[in-house]
Amino acid sequence: MLSFILRRLVIAIPTIILISVFVFTLQKLLPGDPVLAMAGEERDPQVLEYLREKYRLNDPIPVQYFTWIGNALTGDLGISLRTNQPVLELIGEKLPVTIQLATMAMLFALIIGIPAGIFSAVKKGTVTDYISNVVALSGLSIPNFWLGIMLILLVSVKWKLLPASGYVPLSEDPIRSITVMLMPAFVLGTALAATLMRHTRSAMLSVMSSDYVRTARAKGLVERKVILKHAFRNALTPIVTLTALLFGELIAGAVLTEQIFTIPGFGKLVVDAVFNRDYAVVQGIVLVTAVGFIFMNLLADVAYVLLNPRLRKQ
Amino acid sequence: MRDFSLRFRGAPSDQINHVNFSVSAGKTLCVVGESGCGKSVTSLAMMGLLPPGAATIRSGEMIFEGQNLDLSDNNAMRKLRGSRMTMIFQEPMTSLNPAFRIGDQIAESVLAHRNCTKAEAHDRSLAILKRVGIPAAEKRMRDYPHQLSGGMRQRVMIAMALVNDPALLIADEPTTALDVTIQAEILELIRDLQTETDMGTIMITHDLGVVAEIADTVAVMYAGTIVETGPAERIFNDPQHPYTIGLMSSIPQLTGPRGRLSTVPGMVPTTPNMPEGCRFATRCPFAQPICATEPPLAPLGDGHAVACHFAPLETHLEQSA
Repeated sequence: MLSFILRRLVIAIPTIILISVFVFTLQKLLPGDPVLAMAGEERDPQVLEYLREKYRLNDPIPVQYFTWIGNALTGDLGISLRTNQPVLELIGEKLPVTIQLATMAMLFALIIGIPAGIFSAVKKGTVTDYISNVVALSGLSIPNFWLGIMLILLVSVKWKLLPASGYVPLSEDPIRSITVMLMPAFVLGTALAATLMRHTRSAMLSVMSSDYVRTARAKGLVERKVILKHAFRNALTPIVTLTALLFGELIAGAVLTEQIFTIPGFGKLVVDAVFNRDYAVVQGIVLVTAVGFIFMNLLADVAYVLLNPRLRKQ
Repeated sequence: MRDFSLRFRGAPSDQINHVNFSVSAGKTLCVVGESGCGKSVTSLAMMGLLPPGAATIRSGEMIFEGQNLDLSDNNAMRKLRGSRMTMIFQEPMTSLNPAFRIGDQIAESVLAHRNCTKAEAHDRSLAILKRVGIPAAEKRMRDYPHQLSGGMRQRVMIAMALVNDPALLIADEPTTALDVTIQAEILELIRDLQTETDMGTIMITHDLGVVAEIADTVAVMYAGTIVETGPAERIFNDPQHPYTIGLMSSIPQLTGPRGRLSTVPGMVPTTPNMPEGCRFATRCPFAQPICATEPPLAPLGDGHAVACHFAPLETHLEQSA
């Protein structure tokens, strides 16, 4: 198992290098000059030149890349052109917020999506199946921002049950922190729940018609055990993969929800950095996100092997 | 099994048509027939394993250990399944759950029906695994199905089926997917275990070699009906139904003149085109207008019975000559 993980990590290295080169080049190709953005109204060529020199923007691009990646390896992702804060510090501030949001959203998605998927597979072709499919499709089609705004109007403004926006760090007041994030997590989670439900349903359907499920029934097991143990255990593999990929997407894709609920998370950081041509921050974010994605994929692969005895080495 | 008829949802006629057969303790009944003749459906129905709502039982009853079973009572059937009445299947490669150790899969069967501890279930599973001839059974208990060969997996299936000392074993083509040497070993194993435990066995097969090897009684099935039934030697030496005769003459012979193997021409009719009356009439060389009415399964003595208007065939042939 350990050697498997190590092998996967080694394979991840070229992927990360490739992503870093790609991001760096793409940034350079974008129109717009960060120095102009920084200098604001100031158009004095001497000031601009000083800024270029200071941020080493006059170096040849390959040199800039190696300087950046070399520093990145030591944990120095550069300094934000806008706020003068170290990029790593910025990310370290914002990432936990989004991770909390994504984790809570994922929990919502799993708690709703998987049982609904199992249920509709078991009740295939019945009214229950149709109803859950319609609900799932609605969950997929309702835009996040609309659901978010409706929830704010209803739950916060009208019923005054939950706060409409804001953020409390988990370390400060765990209960309040979770309460505040309940609504945005739900909004993010519903769309994922629908995806998960559809995938769980089809995975369960294909497994339920297999010979070993018939064997389990022939043993005289109660139906609950046939479904939850013999069928679900084998349907789990695609679900785990999907969950890992969705989680990676959640981290990057929480932008809209974070905007609606004014959560100071990763998404907001990305948007601000792109608009301000804050190169160092954008590069840092993409690099961290890529590493995160690769890590989630690695987790999925490990889970794959744990779930499937056929893949385990002797 | 008495007068058992079954119809799939939406089908115009009965897939299984007034089927009768019985097996006593310690004996083997072979149900023989071509693919699609309803052998497997009948056996799944007996176990209560047909998907709910897929078929309705149109008539008949099943009497098991003196009890008239209600095949639609899921809970009662579930308690019998895997304990008193068990089944092994054609495909050993896919019939075991790939995600669990085989020891646990056998023990699960014990725990489902017996009030015992996990350790007792484990010991019982180990004993039966040894009995079905798995070498190094202790170690194999911890193996996953993919680590075993097809023959080994079928032994595990047999162990799983026999771990609770059933009164009836239904074996649905248990050797079809195995190669010939393994087939013989598995058949021998089933026969040995049967003599030891005195259980009744229903062997579903299309392989007349298997029938010759293991059967006490034979029921020949054609398009959902039993066309002939009787003691094995009677069926082999004195087949009376034209279909049985056709089946027997399709067995290759080691002696006698060489030539093309004889076959029964045509295909088994299926539901939308099911002929009225005798279902074999469309392929029968002796068919007459009278065959448009359904022939009853008429006894010929010694437990031999045939569903043909012209039985016994010899008398009929003499008369018409």
